[in-house]
Amino acid sequence: MQEKENKLKVGAYWASSCGGCDVALLGLHERILDLLEGADIAFWPAATDFKYEDLKSYKRNELDITFFNGGIRTSENEEIAKLLREKTDLLVAYGSCAHQGGIPGLANMSDKSTVFDTVYRDNPSTYNPEGTVPLERSEFNGGELELPAFNERVKNLEGVVKVDYTVPGCPPPPELTQNFLDLILNDDLPPRGSVVAGEKTVCDECNREWNKKSIDEFHRPQEIEIDLEKCLLDQGIICMGPVTRSGCDASCPEMNLPCKGCFGPPSKVDDQGAEMLNSLASILQIGEEGKALESEENVLANLPDPIGTFYSFSLANSIFGGKVEDGGNNERK
Amino acid sequence: MDFEPKLVGFLCKWCSSAGADLAGVSRKNYPSNLIPITVNCSGRIDVSYVVRAFHDGADGVLISGCHPGDCHYNSGNYKAWRRVALLKHVLEEFGVNPDRVKLKWISATEGEKFAQTIKGFTSEIKELGPGPYNDARERE
Repeated sequence: MQEKENKLKVGAYWASSCGGCDVALLGLHERILDLLEGADIAFWPAATDFKYEDLKSYKRNELDITFFNGGIRTSENEEIAKLLREKTDLLVAYGSCAHQGGIPGLANMSDKSTVFDTVYRDNPSTYNPEGTVPLERSEFNGGELELPAFNERVKNLEGVVKVDYTVPGCPPPPELTQNFLDLILNDDLPPRGSVVAGEKTVCDECNREWNKKSIDEFHRPQEIEIDLEKCLLDQGIICMGPVTRSGCDASCPEMNLPCKGCFGPPSKVDDQGAEMLNSLASILQIGEEGKALESEENVLANLPDPIGTFYSFSLANSIFGGKVEDGGNNERK
Repeated sequence: MDFEPKLVGFLCKWCSSAGADLAGVSRKNYPSNLIPITVNCSGRIDVSYVVRAFHDGADGVLISGCHPGDCHYNSGNYKAWRRVALLKHVLEEFGVNPDRVKLKWISATEGEKFAQTIKGFTSEIKELGPGPYNDARERE
């Protein structure tokens, strides 16, 4: 009984996410048993049968630690984030979506009605002749039904509540999670607000050979035969390594895939995509110096989706945060 | 009320900022819409400075440095040149008219060119209308 009182109470929650982060928690394999020796699960919708009512019945800060994954897309996500903040001592943004908005954040390039049209009406595989879309309130059998509201924009967890720690990654590698759990169990945590990963960039951990060669053409990975030893950027493939926080042992570049930036920017950078433009500009050769930019359009033509490339995971947490409305006329001269 | 654009200018210390000073001491007339910010080199201008300027309510951003070949640090202005090209490409995706960013080479002796640039840019942005976050100040 004495032992039980000393156990940590742990929660986990998924907001707007794919479920991969919950699987990543299970990816600890047998090491999760070590965790359960020192902790009880008190709330985890993906794996246990606790209800929101149970969560509401907890005292303030009753949960010691909660792993929150997913971005804030609906009013339900936001409500539970606030509730968990109240009931949790250490709230952890777990994974890219809670950290930066992640892939769901890319929907910020479209407004709510466009998202609904695509998902519920226009998709080739969607059959919806009556054009039914979810409504916040609807009449049914004389009663009224309610659904959570779909917010105009995706936010990251930090966008609605204060976050104590962040474990980044899509999903966070098991070693990183394990390392964080060790810090908790040994009471050796860094100051609150820290991102528990490396402080340098992915390039720092990458073993590819870097020549700081200039590039004159962008390639997509499937278009060329990739040299296994050389830096991907040197080969004209956009790799987000220079502007992405370390901690993953450069697992994608090591596997011949360019870094997509899932760890978010290092701590001194506030806009990952803009920082990538800075570093690309330093090595990009457009024509000869002095005559530069005449072939601007050609070079940029093979950059078909700049937002999806430079802001894959960080759009919701970038300076603009998504598509903006130009106040004036939008005709390019 | 007529729309008066808010413009932010990042001017390099060695050429364009000196050019702005020359416009002043030569008593050239030009609109007062520009807020000049002197930076050491146009190559020092971070893409995020420009994005941040728009976010905080600017209607247009001027980036000005030494003429090609004249950079005090050899190649800073070429970097700015390429950054602006990439930036315009991305701004367009975000829904911001890329014409809101202007890159101009102005040397320390070109006070007149500086005045003309500000005149021209102000009227161009007047034509374009308010920027994406024109109401930034009222929102706060």
